Amino acid sequence: MADLAVSDLVVGYGPVRALRGVSMRVPSGSIVAVLGANGAGKSTLLRAISGTLRFHRGGCQGVVTLGGQRLTGLDAASVVGRGVVQVPEGRRVFARMTVEENLRAGGLGRTRRDYATAHDQVTELFPVLKERARQRAGLLSGGEQQMLAIGRALMAGPTTLLLDEPTLGLAPLTAARITETIKEINSLGTSVLLVEQNVAMALSLASHAYVLEVGEVVLEGTAAELRESDEVRRRYLGIGDAVEGALETRTLSRWS
Amino acid sequence: MTTFVELLVNGISIGAVYALIALGFVVIFKATEVVNFAHASLLLAGGYLIARLWPLVGFWAALLIGVAAAALVAAAIEFLVIRRANVASHSVLAIVTIGVDIVITTELTRQIGTDVLAMGDPWGSQVVRFGGVTLAETRIVALVTAAALITAFLLAFKYTGWGVAMRAAAEDAETAALMGVRLGRVSMSAWAVAGGLAAVAALFLCVFPTPGLDRSTSLVALKAFPAAILGGLDSTTGALVGGLIIGVTESMMSGYQNDMAFLGRGIGDVAPFLVMLVILLIRPAGLFGTKELARV
Repeated sequence: MADLAVSDLVVGYGPVRALRGVSMRVPSGSIVAVLGANGAGKSTLLRAISGTLRFHRGGCQGVVTLGGQRLTGLDAASVVGRGVVQVPEGRRVFARMTVEENLRAGGLGRTRRDYATAHDQVTELFPVLKERARQRAGLLSGGEQQMLAIGRALMAGPTTLLLDEPTLGLAPLTAARITETIKEINSLGTSVLLVEQNVAMALSLASHAYVLEVGEVVLEGTAAELRESDEVRRRYLGIGDAVEGALETRTLSRWS
Repeated sequence: MTTFVELLVNGISIGAVYALIALGFVVIFKATEVVNFAHASLLLAGGYLIARLWPLVGFWAALLIGVAAAALVAAAIEFLVIRRANVASHSVLAIVTIGVDIVITTELTRQIGTDVLAMGDPWGSQVVRFGGVTLAETRIVALVTAAALITAFLLAFKYTGWGVAMRAAAEDAETAALMGVRLGRVSMSAWAVAGGLAAVAALFLCVFPTPGLDRSTSLVALKAFPAAILGGLDSTTGALVGGLIIGVTESMMSGYQNDMAFLGRGIGDVAPFLVMLVILLIRPAGLFGTKELARV
């Protein structure tokens, strides 16, 4: 199947190293989370996969493959063509265009029939996008913009969806709504690579997770393992040292 | 009164032709953020081909070839120069286009020499009379053609996939790329469209009542710059309004220059730039331009 695999990815912006030998795997149909603080290299990872490093004057070594085929070296549009589509951080909807035009921009490469099917799916998933079809995207609320950003990406018919902090800056209820939607999208067969600072939310969704720190994977394991891990509890969930956590940490591959 | 109406219609007509040039200028700026100083040379190239080819293949075929060739030259500039230039700032690319302009214009000027080339158009110097108002046929054709082309362009910009891709890329190139928009194709098509529009404009700048295409034609095309700039460099509406303002101003100032003798002769040629200065003093981003452009 079309597993997304990243191996030994090294990314630099000029002299600055943002990723230092990152490897990870998103098995087909799963949700995998990447956790980490600001500046850990989470967005850089997604840029490297999507082929948009050149917009930030970055260069990369290492290989990204989808189902065994190389994605590295392709331009962004070709990566989308292979079915790997990113919802960028901060939503980045086309504010001066209408909601409908935003969706259209997401599905430009598709045939008329595929487009219609995708459009039906997206408006079913987010009915609000249908109600607001003719409104300028810039006038939507933050939550609606996030829905539009996800809907726009879905218009391209992704097999793997890359989400960069989808709940950042949203009200708790809206964030919960987005979380539910991600689950729903995944249940329809789309793999999800979820980049998050909201560790509790990410671990509730994902089956597997990686923790990035200053450009390296420092922890990885199943979501259950990470939830129990001392280090994650202390650093990201704000829970004090758990005495019983000592055993579980051994099962995690720990890089230093 | 009839003089006024004649001047107004002529001004609108020539303004619509300026708008064609300005529109191409704006489209290139929107798609690639490059201020294209080579635009006048594209216009000259298109016009030159039409003028040279019509005795051989007839006017309509020559027009078609001229438009296609100008589009091709523009696309080639994008492909060979703009796309490959690995520069930090778009203002550097603007200077590169000055170089391209000098190369093309110099060669064409050498080819044209001191000739004044006729465009071979079927309208010649015929005039049409409405009541007491006398208008050149070429001016009416120019107005109708420009209006039709502009309408077609705006509809395409608003409703076709190409237009959506253009606007998405103009607003946020990186996100557009993330959505699968092929930025290379978008920018090349923008240049090609601009080149084609410039060739059509070249035709109407060189027909009656002007004597024809000569080496100063690219200077005439320069009047489209204030049109694009006063309208707002990133606004298609601005290009249209700017074109009309410049056209009407120029026409009125030339027509009534005897009544304004204190301003000196040739005020019609200067007026477009004066209008641009005044408007930019009041609205630095142009009439319809995005304010952010002034920020940087």
